[in-house]
Amino acid sequence: MGGQIGIKMSLSLLTAEFRIERDEDRCIACQVCVRQCANDVHAYDPEDDWVYSNYAACVGCHRCVTLCPTQALTIRRTPLEFRANANWTPQMISSIYKQAETGGVLLTGMGCDQPYPIYFDRILLNASQVTNPSIDPLREPMELRTFIGRRPDRAEVTKTDKGMEIKTRLGPQLELETPILFSAMSYGSISYNAFLSLARAAKEAGTFCNTGEGGLHPSLYKYGSHIIAQVASGRFGVHPEYLERAAALEIKIGQGAKPGIGGHLPGEKVSAEVSQTRMIPQGTDALSPAPHHDIYSIEDLRQLIYALKEASNYSKPVGVKIAAVHNVAPIASGIARAGADYIAIDGLRGGTGAAPTSIRNNVGIPIELAIAAVDTRLRQEGIRDQVSLLAAGSIRNSADVVKAIALGADAVYIGTGALVALGCHLCQKCYTGKCNWGIATQDPYLTKRLNPNIGSRRLVNLIRAWSLEIKEMLGGMGVNAIESLRGNRDHLRGVGLNEVELRVLGIKAAGEA
Amino acid sequence: MKRIYVNEEYCIGCRLCEVHCLTQHSRSKKIIKAFKEELPLATPRVLVEEEGPLSFAMPCRHCVEPLCVEACLTGAMHRDLPTGAILCDEDKCVGCWTCVMVCPFGVIRRKLVGHKAASKCDLCYGETTPACVAHCPNEALVYEEREK
Repeated sequence: MGGQIGIKMSLSLLTAEFRIERDEDRCIACQVCVRQCANDVHAYDPEDDWVYSNYAACVGCHRCVTLCPTQALTIRRTPLEFRANANWTPQMISSIYKQAETGGVLLTGMGCDQPYPIYFDRILLNASQVTNPSIDPLREPMELRTFIGRRPDRAEVTKTDKGMEIKTRLGPQLELETPILFSAMSYGSISYNAFLSLARAAKEAGTFCNTGEGGLHPSLYKYGSHIIAQVASGRFGVHPEYLERAAALEIKIGQGAKPGIGGHLPGEKVSAEVSQTRMIPQGTDALSPAPHHDIYSIEDLRQLIYALKEASNYSKPVGVKIAAVHNVAPIASGIARAGADYIAIDGLRGGTGAAPTSIRNNVGIPIELAIAAVDTRLRQEGIRDQVSLLAAGSIRNSADVVKAIALGADAVYIGTGALVALGCHLCQKCYTGKCNWGIATQDPYLTKRLNPNIGSRRLVNLIRAWSLEIKEMLGGMGVNAIESLRGNRDHLRGVGLNEVELRVLGIKAAGEA
Repeated sequence: MKRIYVNEEYCIGCRLCEVHCLTQHSRSKKIIKAFKEELPLATPRVLVEEEGPLSFAMPCRHCVEPLCVEACLTGAMHRDLPTGAILCDEDKCVGCWTCVMVCPFGVIRRKLVGHKAASKCDLCYGETTPACVAHCPNEALVYEEREK
């Protein structure tokens, strides 16, 4: 039986997912589509001076559509209809065909695409009317500056000639101009140009990006003051200088897209540069273990937190990133008590460069519920001030940021959103290493497609645009600082939610005063 | 003077510069019409060179000491005084191809249609930005002043 695994059958039962419509009246056979598709969908026939397309290879990334100079191309979902069956959907059937052909785990990229409830879309924000004035952010100051790190139990201040001075020694803090950070995305899973775009944008926008578990390329050390360095179970690329250069350190326990399992960077993406940065042989799969083999309890975690604090001379915040799972609240409480300066929680819909589809689509809980549950629990225990909370896992717009903060987060991590700004079309094929947009690939033909000058400009624009919108929303609520919104769930109301969901979210139903 | 420069590390080899160069120098300046009706197609004045993952678009450098102008028998190849661009006066050009032979960059070609003359980049004479630069999707081509 073992001999059959992985052997391709003579006839694949899989059918094309997309149909490419080429308007022959507009196509000038310039072959831009041919040259741009890494999946070899388009081909030119010089005999007939005609470009034709192989539908089966199309992943729906729209690279050809975007670059076609005559708008001759349209990609549609295939009109092929399976026999209607609410239980055996085309996706279920195709998955079985695929596995029957390959004998392997189904892989995918990006976040969960299944129709679970999106609580952000069932929460509405408040605004001031008559009894309390709204604030116009164009005319009055509006503070988005956010600090990430442990707060002191109390602060003593003294009066000096220069004004007030804090006497209490504060723990290390990250200072953000706006409560949005770039999520952990490793060099390896994404290209050097994508990482450089993020690092440059973080520096320019006054925020931070995160190395993921891929280490930090020496040429990026100069961005260290705006980089959070992750220490994950595989310890890839972790060395003294790496810890030294970063602004903060983050222990990665879990990831929203694949809670409970480790990372998997396929060998095809481990190029010479990636291998040097990660300190692993070129071309080998970079498999990080599911658990940290030195962490089997909160006490063990405390040891690693303090090992990193010692290593960095207590000069930078040390955070812990976990996936949002069922017992996220007590786990977060444990992490806070273990000495973490911040906790990053990554929800069900958090992205990934590669994960088993079955894990991505079925494990974890939505970030909205997780962040509310953790904030509630930490408040009940009176330790909310000891840590900052970062929410991650599909923050799609400025309203999601505002809602996440009102539910209890200090700031949010954006990963997928940032990649979309760089050109990602969510084709979910990151694990193939053939990203046509030059993001999730190490292929030199593809990585140059992302010009970091353009990339960083687009990211800075996105952060700026969201920040402006956040200010507008805050102003509407009559709040002039993001601090005043944090955990202020009175500004939220639920629509179409049942009583249990409202209770977990800690919000009232729309219409309740 | 402003010249077209190429950042080869960001050239993606899509050849949109060639497509838009051809369109810009067509009779109609309409992309679909130029390619479908104005046949036979002219040669684009910018060509993308490729070897492995490295690619770059190569238009005329508009040299400070242009060999093509020096070598031209009839005075067709000349420097346009207000812009500084090296242009070919097609009325004077007799098609001897001396310029094609002396150009160290290989960016002058024979015009394949119409009057027998040399064809080269004219920096899209009259436009503020050359078409290849304006349509480069990755800012690999830039049009800027670099001399001190």
